[in-house]
Amino acid sequence: MMTRNVALFVTCLVDVMRPRIGFAAIRALEAAGCDVVVPQGQTCCGQPALNSGDRDHAAALAKQTIKALEPYEAIIVPSGSCAGTIRCHYPEIFEHDAAWLPRAQAVAAKTFEVMAYLDEVCGWKPEGVSVDAKATYHDSCSGLRELGIKAQPRRLLKSIDGLTFAPLAGEETCCGFGGTFCVKYPAISNAIVGEKADAIDATGADLLLAGDLGCLMNMAGKLNRKGSKVRAYHAIELIAGMGDGPAIGEEA
Amino acid sequence: MSGFTDRADAALADPILKIAVERTAGTAEAKRGIAVAAFPDFDAARIRAAAIKDHVIAHLGHYLEKFEANAVAAGAKVHWASTSDEACRIVIDLCKRANAKTVARSKSMLGEEIGLPHALAEAGIGRVETDLAEHIIQLADERPSHIIWPAMHKTREQVSALFKAKHRSPHEEETIAAMAESARRQLRGEMLGADVGISGANFLIADTGAICTVTNEGNAELSLVPPRVHIVTAGIEKIVPSMPHAIHMLRMLARSATGAALTQYTTFYTGPRRPGDRDGPEEMHIVLVDNGRTRMREEGLAEMLRCIRCGACMNHCVVFRQIGGHAYGGTYPGPMGSVLTPVFDGLPKNRDLAHACTLNGKCQEVCPVRIPLPTLLRGWREKSWREGLEPTSMRFGLGVWAWVARRPALYRFGTGLAVRAMRLLGRKGWIGKLPLAGGWTRYRDMPKPAAQTFMAQYQRERRK
Repeated sequence: MMTRNVALFVTCLVDVMRPRIGFAAIRALEAAGCDVVVPQGQTCCGQPALNSGDRDHAAALAKQTIKALEPYEAIIVPSGSCAGTIRCHYPEIFEHDAAWLPRAQAVAAKTFEVMAYLDEVCGWKPEGVSVDAKATYHDSCSGLRELGIKAQPRRLLKSIDGLTFAPLAGEETCCGFGGTFCVKYPAISNAIVGEKADAIDATGADLLLAGDLGCLMNMAGKLNRKGSKVRAYHAIELIAGMGDGPAIGEEA
Repeated sequence: MSGFTDRADAALADPILKIAVERTAGTAEAKRGIAVAAFPDFDAARIRAAAIKDHVIAHLGHYLEKFEANAVAAGAKVHWASTSDEACRIVIDLCKRANAKTVARSKSMLGEEIGLPHALAEAGIGRVETDLAEHIIQLADERPSHIIWPAMHKTREQVSALFKAKHRSPHEEETIAAMAESARRQLRGEMLGADVGISGANFLIADTGAICTVTNEGNAELSLVPPRVHIVTAGIEKIVPSMPHAIHMLRMLARSATGAALTQYTTFYTGPRRPGDRDGPEEMHIVLVDNGRTRMREEGLAEMLRCIRCGACMNHCVVFRQIGGHAYGGTYPGPMGSVLTPVFDGLPKNRDLAHACTLNGKCQEVCPVRIPLPTLLRGWREKSWREGLEPTSMRFGLGVWAWVARRPALYRFGTGLAVRAMRLLGRKGWIGKLPLAGGWTRYRDMPKPAAQTFMAQYQRERRK
């Protein structure tokens, strides 16, 4: 198998809130034959600034991220939303900047969401991983609509022994996180995630899986507040064989 | 507190509204899904529909002149209005010249946009709404809450009570048939006695000067056939080059709006009554309204002019589904309204609209003319930021965060501190109350972060 020299872009949420997701991504990528580097120049991709309308700061952070990531063969992100920002929005940010546009486009072209990369580019499947549970899957919006991530995580998860699936009603419906939306309009966000939590509970699943920590924190936080027993993981944690660790909001 | 937030809070507190919105939008979503699945290559049809509109918008002057020449040749009079006030003035003048005491109006979002109901009332001209839902709205003295179902926010029970209070001879039984009969008794005489009919247009067909109007109640015909004078008000972006183009757009419109293959009534008409015609108006006037549309083309909102007013974006919007249409505060609700309202009513009063969106992209996915609604909303956010309309706390907070995020070493130090501080607030794995994130913890818990950030753990492991 050809070794791939890839950079992991950790995402600020994973860095601060749930480092296990970053380590799970490294473990799965290494199992798939990648040589993984975590470039130290990275912080945040700039999505909060971009979505707030603060284009100058978004451009400054995008430049920093491009500089940190461009030396590598591929850039892997454990988040559809951050990968979508780099892939779809960086070239837009530098639309009228002749110097930075080609660099943004080059980085965009080699940026992948981790599960899409493992499935589509590496053609890899988890081996010898087993989880005895029933899971339901939420399709996070940016990954789904900006990057077409739908079948890839499901294909990877189906290779896990013992894992069964319960379909989630409205699996493609936004959970109400929306980055800063959830704190700018908390009451509306709560109404949306309240319905989502009810739908998750109604599946009878033990586990809630998704590909974005923001959405997962929103849904898990609501499930916990309403006293639900459903446990939430980033799908890559299970895929990397780290499904026996604490779920989101459980003590290690 | 902004007007939007207050209206949204009021909507969230209304359990009947929630039921009413969910019932109609949920049904529309399901029916659209079935209709689109049965359509051979709906995506190709969307690409074609967007291309037709883009072509027309790029050559708007050409097609409008062509339409005017053909409409005039068919005997209609064409008027041009650049603002909503001018449009209303033209319509009121025409009504006065026709000595109109009452006009029979057929639902038109453009009419709402330019404030025509209000202008008619000010001029002392009576108005009878031929669309049943618009009649309900008129009785309740409210504005439409949806562009396809103006009264979607009302339940049958609420409508029944309204009819009982306001109709001359109201229904006794609370059945749909009895309520419809009550409305019929109230409205039929007024409709047939109206001096002027006013309707909107779904499509203006350039190469024949024809107008296409679709309804599900046949009510547009009541405003365009019996009255002596018929006035059409239409936005200039409603133009299509020819009949085949109109037909293509109709196929997209009906399926996207209600999931039907075609609307119940689809009428094409050209000019007033000709010698030998058995019916039709003696005079026909077409008022073509700009009201900010050419400006939209120049200001990066050209793609919004593709909109064919189907309502699919709002039916599928998680935010609209929670708060309904009135919370948006403008004529047009939902994602398309959030793009349009600042055009008509200014950004300062409406900066909330662009933000009250999770950017989940569902609206763009279902839009039959592929309007990049999230991108256009992000554009309003950027304009709002450039013009200093964003709250100081937001500007300051984001500025500090960006300053730190551009200094990776400082950022690592800061995130390390933040993690430790957050862990002090946690009980078991969760934080129930987080300072500065009250919006989050009022409604849900925050997971407690791990003892060290990823970067700190990664560095430590590499040193081993």
